Amino acid sequence: MSEEVIIQHTALRIPYSWAAGAHATRFYREIAEHRRIMGTRCPRCGRVLVPARKSCSRCFQDTTEWVEVGPIGVVTSFTIVHYSEPQIQPMKPPFAIALIRLDGADTALLHLLGEVELSKIRTGMRVEPVFADEPKGHILDIRYFKPVSID
Amino acid sequence: MSQRVAIVGIAQTTFQSAKRAQNYAELVHEVVSELFTKTGATHDDVDNIVSASSDFWDGRTISNMAIQDVVGAYMKSESKVSSDGTLAVLYGMMRILSGQYKTTLVVAHSKGSEGTPNLIANAAFDPIYQRQLGIDGLSASALQARRYMEKYGVSEEEVALVSVKNLANARKNPYAQVAGEFTVDDVMQSGYLAEPIKKLEASPISDGACALLLAREDLVDRFTDKPVWLKGVGHCQDCYYLGDRDLAESEALAVAAQRAYAMAGIRDPGKEIDVAEVYDAFSYQELMWTEILGLCPRGEGVELIRSGVSTIDGTLPVNPSGGVLAAHAVIVAGLVRVAEAALQLRGEAGQHQISGVKTALAHGSFGYCGQMHCVWILSNEK
Repeated sequence: MSEEVIIQHTALRIPYSWAAGAHATRFYREIAEHRRIMGTRCPRCGRVLVPARKSCSRCFQDTTEWVEVGPIGVVTSFTIVHYSEPQIQPMKPPFAIALIRLDGADTALLHLLGEVELSKIRTGMRVEPVFADEPKGHILDIRYFKPVSID
Repeated sequence: MSQRVAIVGIAQTTFQSAKRAQNYAELVHEVVSELFTKTGATHDDVDNIVSASSDFWDGRTISNMAIQDVVGAYMKSESKVSSDGTLAVLYGMMRILSGQYKTTLVVAHSKGSEGTPNLIANAAFDPIYQRQLGIDGLSASALQARRYMEKYGVSEEEVALVSVKNLANARKNPYAQVAGEFTVDDVMQSGYLAEPIKKLEASPISDGACALLLAREDLVDRFTDKPVWLKGVGHCQDCYYLGDRDLAESEALAVAAQRAYAMAGIRDPGKEIDVAEVYDAFSYQELMWTEILGLCPRGEGVELIRSGVSTIDGTLPVNPSGGVLAAHAVIVAGLVRVAEAALQLRGEAGQHQISGVKTALAHGSFGYCGQMHCVWILSNEK
């Protein structure tokens, strides 16, 4: 008998249906209907949290005010991904993932960068969203952020 | 602490990219059996078990169900931590301090080879706002690496020194998966995975297991003449969303460290700690964590290496085992940091033994970019 043990190949395929919650629902509706990005303000620390959410991640206070932010923001960090993981990646590598602090926000939004030469991406770069033509109620209703064109 | 708890036994498997000869219950059985052999403990000596594993990494719901038979939990209490193994030690200690139990078996296992690591990592991000962006643990950490390096003016060549040091240390550790004599150039040329992180700066995903036996003070002598005392611990969480934090900082680690130092009576960690095992899942993390642990000023983590302080023959060696860069069984790796610190305190670390170790630090982390930190201070003196 062979010394090799048997390797069994299987996969877990489990469909889920996630409730986005009231705040994410409004966040995505604002993008779909008005093409604007919204945050929510914590009444205690005053921070504007983006993406919008029900409560402050530091203060445990319910956010009380909706605030339009951006749509232009600044790249606070980024990475260029070189490995391929087609089941999860929305773009073909190499592609850029970034943290973007939108004007008027106190937190950074995690998103993608597009329409940009990857070697020219820098932190501090100003970027603006490119919205999807047919919004579906998820984060890729913003296709990516692209550098602000210099007039 | 009025009642003291000690580590009285330590066992770990070798760590490999794929341990195909054993299923994961057999890995756990190996370390628990070895622990019993080393300590002379029997099944009857173990009051309860705290295990650490992950449903997603094991690919089954309630991952600890499948190991009950091999940890000897039959007719005993067993509880799982679905987080880093350092937290399992904390729960184990608390169970003894509750007065309900005299001993606790702490055991962690993971076989990264059996799942698809980047998919599992991506699934840790919430499906509402983040997951569809294709981010995973590696790309998230790359965002932190750049932010840290830009804020503190640390170059890629400097960060590479961590891999050079730790992978060289790992040559002296028979349990390590990755080891070698690499130069900064080798690291720089190893290819970007997610910029600025390169292949030799990312920990391998490993298969392996680790177990400790904890005992109440009055029972320690039954199992060992070299107890390792749990002197201090701190545990702290940060915000979930990466964008809510300044990724160049870690207030959670600073708080965890201060709690551990206060409990252990440590005033000057850089002087009082003899060896540290920190959670360097990526090379830049050793620099960040050692700075925030207060072992050196902020931005000067690389100076610890360059000046020789944190090298294996320095005054405060960091990751003499090779650290997580040398072997990264997810969830297990923090328990291994505790195990390695305990081996140093017992004088049993073999070729990577540091001489005269009296106080050791072990650090674990879980959640991307150090959302959770747990810091332990251990000593061979009561």
